[in-house]
Amino acid sequence: MASHRSILDLIGDTPLVEVSELSPNPAARLFVKLEGQNPGGSVKDRVALAMVEDAEKSGLLRPGEPGQVLLEPSSGNTGIGLAMVARVKGYHLKVVLPTNVSPERRQLLEVWGAEILESPGAEGSNGAVRIALDLAAVHPEWVFLYQYANPANPRAHYEQTGPEIWRDCPEITHFVAGLGTSGTLLGAGRYLKERNPALEVWAVEPPVGETVDGLRSLDEGYIPPIFEELGGADLLDRKSVVRPRDSVEWVRRLADAGIFAGISSGAAMAGAVRCAARLGEGQPAMIVVISADGGWKYLSSGAWTGDIDEVAERARSTIYF
Amino acid sequence: MAVAVDVRLPTLLRSQAGGQSSVTVEAATIGDVLRELVSEFPGMAGQLLNDDGSLHRFVNVYVNDDDVRYLEALETPVKEGDEVSLLPAVAGG
Repeated sequence: MASHRSILDLIGDTPLVEVSELSPNPAARLFVKLEGQNPGGSVKDRVALAMVEDAEKSGLLRPGEPGQVLLEPSSGNTGIGLAMVARVKGYHLKVVLPTNVSPERRQLLEVWGAEILESPGAEGSNGAVRIALDLAAVHPEWVFLYQYANPANPRAHYEQTGPEIWRDCPEITHFVAGLGTSGTLLGAGRYLKERNPALEVWAVEPPVGETVDGLRSLDEGYIPPIFEELGGADLLDRKSVVRPRDSVEWVRRLADAGIFAGISSGAAMAGAVRCAARLGEGQPAMIVVISADGGWKYLSSGAWTGDIDEVAERARSTIYF
Repeated sequence: MAVAVDVRLPTLLRSQAGGQSSVTVEAATIGDVLRELVSEFPGMAGQLLNDDGSLHRFVNVYVNDDDVRYLEALETPVKEGDEVSLLPAVAGG
């Protein structure tokens, strides 16, 4: 049996599982990449490790030196991944976290000793970003990794996630993933399109902005700097919104295939199924979907067992991307 | 040809529409939809379209849940029964 020097060595190289039994189109095969198999439980472990190692290489962080502080805005998964990496490497992490995330996300941050700074839930992740930017300006001595603008985020997916998908499914025709920081789509999407320019990249997002009522005007909107700097609008072929009820329905369908995935994975699956249903009759397709995390952090939401309308209504006021 | 289209408004635009969460406009394209909204609710003027008539960078417009920026943008046609929704650009992660 192989053994590993550190838990961080287990980040990446996640499995791809076929779930074509859930496809509405017999010519379209569906595959899910299970990022919940990462040791911190989500795709963001890759980004967390890549950003910290990049900061170490550039000298922003000095391994082994006590008293170094990391700062990051996160709706959960990046914070959790960073908390694990920071704990192993001996850095202190401050996470700016919106108040309306699932209790399990807070608990996991606490497991690895992260310090939680709350941002108003009514402002969604935009509020967490705003507060973190303000804190970073006041505390230049803290290392601000800033996943939304850090090229190490998409690079981790260009160097790892994309090549893993190409290795495991070189016949891929469509790549579907959730849009949060845009790192997964930009990195893996670009790698895959470079291998096959005919491949389509589809982004899925939740209708978060519908209920975020803490923004005063659209001028307080936010587009991740990496999305604009790396030409996200040119890379994506399609972007669609998946509403909470569909996300919950598809997280349940994934469970029918034995896959216990998080709510954003249900959204990504709903997007993939929409893609499969729109293909021309008999047009063969291999659709790869990213499942960003497992279901563990959403058990308290009742997503699998509660009345679907009640669960969907609760999901409307919770950040699950 | 102009048809009646329902438009879902995000919370932050509802105050400009007298608190309504959705409104109906007559339009043939997404550009028409937005210009009709601005004409009916002038408070939305600077929020949806820029001075040159292009789409404001922080507003996402969807036809039946597809982002029009990846369709034909403001030229995207709308047909009877389509649902248009507007959402502010919000981060995730």
